[in-house]
Amino acid sequence: MTDTAPDLDRLRGGTPPRNHDARTIAALTSNPGCARRGVMDAAGVDKDSVARHLGFASPFGQSQFAITRGNVFEAQVKAEGCAELITLLRDRLGLAVPEVAYDDLEVVAGNEGRELRHARTRRLIARALESGEGTLFDHPLLRLDIAGQAAYLEPDVIAFQFEGRFHIIEIKSFAVIDGQAEPEQVAAAARQSAVYVLALRRLMGELGHDPGRVSHEVFLVCPENFSNRPTATPLDVRPQLAVLERQLARLTRIDTILDALPDDLSFEPGEDLAEAVRAVDARYAPDCMASCEMAFYCRDEARACGATGALGRSVRDDLGGVDSVGTALALADGSLDPSADLAETAAQLRTAARLRSEALDGAA
Amino acid sequence: MDETSGVPGPPGVRGGCEVFGPFAAAGMCGPDGGAASVEVHGGCGRGVRGAFGLVLGFADAARAVGAVVPGMSALTSLAQLEAVASGVAQPLATVRHCHMAEAPLVLIPLKLAGEAAAPLAVMLGAGPDDPTMLMVPQPRNRDLRFAFAADLAKLVLNHIETSRGAVEELPPGKDGDDRIRYGDAPQILVPNRGGIGFLRMLGRSTRFRSTEGPYAVEPSVPVLGRWLTWFADRYDRPGSSLLLAATETLRMHWATGQSSLEDGNLAALLGWIDPPDGLDGPAAAALAEDPVSCPPAGPSTDPTFDNEVLAPAIAAYHASGGDHRAEERLRTVLAGQLAPTWDVMWRAAALLRELPEGASVPGRWERDRDAFTYYHQTFGEAYPQARRDSPVRAAKRLHDLERAQDAYDAQRAFDDPLVMAEHRLSGQAFGGVVTECDPTRLDETGKRPKLRPYLRIGTEDPVRLDVGTTVCNAARPSLKGKVVEFGVGGVLLELTGGMGRKLSPEPGSVPGVGDRVCFTSLTDGSYGAARFPEREDTPWTHGGPPEEYVPTDEDAEEEWS
Repeated sequence: MTDTAPDLDRLRGGTPPRNHDARTIAALTSNPGCARRGVMDAAGVDKDSVARHLGFASPFGQSQFAITRGNVFEAQVKAEGCAELITLLRDRLGLAVPEVAYDDLEVVAGNEGRELRHARTRRLIARALESGEGTLFDHPLLRLDIAGQAAYLEPDVIAFQFEGRFHIIEIKSFAVIDGQAEPEQVAAAARQSAVYVLALRRLMGELGHDPGRVSHEVFLVCPENFSNRPTATPLDVRPQLAVLERQLARLTRIDTILDALPDDLSFEPGEDLAEAVRAVDARYAPDCMASCEMAFYCRDEARACGATGALGRSVRDDLGGVDSVGTALALADGSLDPSADLAETAAQLRTAARLRSEALDGAA
Repeated sequence: MDETSGVPGPPGVRGGCEVFGPFAAAGMCGPDGGAASVEVHGGCGRGVRGAFGLVLGFADAARAVGAVVPGMSALTSLAQLEAVASGVAQPLATVRHCHMAEAPLVLIPLKLAGEAAAPLAVMLGAGPDDPTMLMVPQPRNRDLRFAFAADLAKLVLNHIETSRGAVEELPPGKDGDDRIRYGDAPQILVPNRGGIGFLRMLGRSTRFRSTEGPYAVEPSVPVLGRWLTWFADRYDRPGSSLLLAATETLRMHWATGQSSLEDGNLAALLGWIDPPDGLDGPAAAALAEDPVSCPPAGPSTDPTFDNEVLAPAIAAYHASGGDHRAEERLRTVLAGQLAPTWDVMWRAAALLRELPEGASVPGRWERDRDAFTYYHQTFGEAYPQARRDSPVRAAKRLHDLERAQDAYDAQRAFDDPLVMAEHRLSGQAFGGVVTECDPTRLDETGKRPKLRPYLRIGTEDPVRLDVGTTVCNAARPSLKGKVVEFGVGGVLLELTGGMGRKLSPEPGSVPGVGDRVCFTSLTDGSYGAARFPEREDTPWTHGGPPEEYVPTDEDAEEEWS
């Protein structure tokens, strides 16, 4: 780990590293094969700035209406030492929560670094585990090893200790209407919560406690129906945890990728930026659009070289993994003789091409 | 699989609120068949309002796979490759598989970011030259919101009432009741699935409102809510054309050279299908991706527009205390966001109208008219639709949806050789030339001889049917047969029906040598309806008989903030 650290600093070109958060980690696991993203994220490169310099500014943005709504809702739930939240846990979920202590771990005297804040989180959680004291720990600063690199997480969640176990409580401002929320938003929340559960479990392990003391059941706090009233829903994130652990284990180790890269590589803005970015292979898929600032650049690159993956993973799968549009079309019209491993795909494509033209000619 | 993975946002943004990625605003349609699997309390946004969590996910996926998102076969993928190579969208259908009304109600909703169903504006109308824009100048003001709902109700309900056409008298039903069917039905077109979801939510948030008491609303508001809920329910039904999302409908008929995610942007999709003069598909789509020159088709607005234009305009209106000039300014900026999509919607409608109508489309529209007639006729006697269906109702509805899906899949294949080609590729159908024919062959093994002609069809298709499988002729489904053997010369069929009642076939009913034919194991129509228990007999496995639903004051007073 220490071996690659200087390299990573150089990649960043002297600017301070960007923090990971659960979104970036969840996104990382959605495309574990992308070396470009892996390296840039591991080095904490400001991808937004890189993309902008390359002429592909990512139009990510957030409406102030949504921000306001989210902040108002969160403030309301947390007001007066989380009074509404406690009521919810007691009444809605029927938990016999005794006297409540609320610790905000974000509030540390002075302007301290992440290491110090993480140390404070560790200390308080350790004490809680030993003594059973403490109920709600807001803004814990967690750490998770990503591809051999320590990533700090600043979750906007509350760790909730109840009967000797910890639960993650995540406050989201999307509405739960008649017990149903938008599946995509719930799925995203579950993926993010799983990252926190995992990080908190690792912390338990490091502190010499059973990681199982962090529950796989997280509580999602959302507005109910069309009101501002919060409602709490338990969410079992075991499936997301399993995916996350498998993907993190599979993430190509960054050292291995770095070994193959030129020594003087740097993503510092300048003339050589495009070349530096191209030196690390990307694996673009349309879902990158939802989560990676480099997506527009990579899409352009993928389209320019006629990658079938730019059309979607399912298209590439349909084509038996043929990567290039040109190759697939040549196999389909028979102008290219397939290699043995592509024989089946080629036969399928030729049949498809014949059936399409029969149907279209017949109709004409 | 998961192309619209819900991970919405850029790193570094903290906080419990929505974040928009570049495509989150486009309201794009679903992933390639993969529905997000996590649900709160086991329901999913679409499908059945009800108690069958797992099953619901399935119904949703069924529609997504079968009808809405093609992207599931090598044939569609090949069409996408051809689109990339030619720079223009390629056909996925030779006929139109949906009904297109003479004067559909095009309706483009915009909502306030971060809220479940806070309307911001809507542009609607039944002709390209006749748009009306309604807006809520202060979207957080409850009274203005209900005033908007009342205005919208006036227009939508008027469209519903004027779309009934002449009444057809039908022969009396089994129990001797008089039956009628309206000659026409209203059709609503929205830009995308997000628009459908918004109408569903607007319906949910208005249908329980009370027209008297402390939170009284205009009488038309709950009526609108019930109709919008009804439209959204019908949208879930495969093959229904009462409420359509333009992106989905276009995608059913054309393949573009971009991914399903990008196809969720209506203007980009249309750019591929019908690029303006001097541009090819990719160039037209690239233009459409710029939110400044081409605002999103809603219901989410462009975050930069929100921050730089909309928020100051709303603030100015608020500060002025409802000043007319401030309101006009707000109206102008919102109209600027809606007008481009308005034009695109009518171009989409015109493109779809140019396609010849599929043979089974009028039949499905007749079912839509039946459903409309029934709901319209019984409107006064019914309660607003329940928040969640009872178990029996949910199971029944799911069963109906599955049957509709089945019938719709088969009908589209019979209507359209390009859709049938999908089934030929998967081996459930085969086409070719008749090489041998024995039209007068008799089966004399039984008591009485039966007409059982033999037909051998030479085919290169990858047939995956078992010997003994019943198949029918794609061009004339009543002509049925059984697979006898797969030989070198092709498939040998024994024809079993659809040739008349005599011992020699009706002239022209049996294809002759040299004829091109296509046979399939698909069946036109669907399997029979299953029987479900009455609600008072709901089994204990499903919670026992549910309580009768009666709207309460609480429903009517629900906050809408």
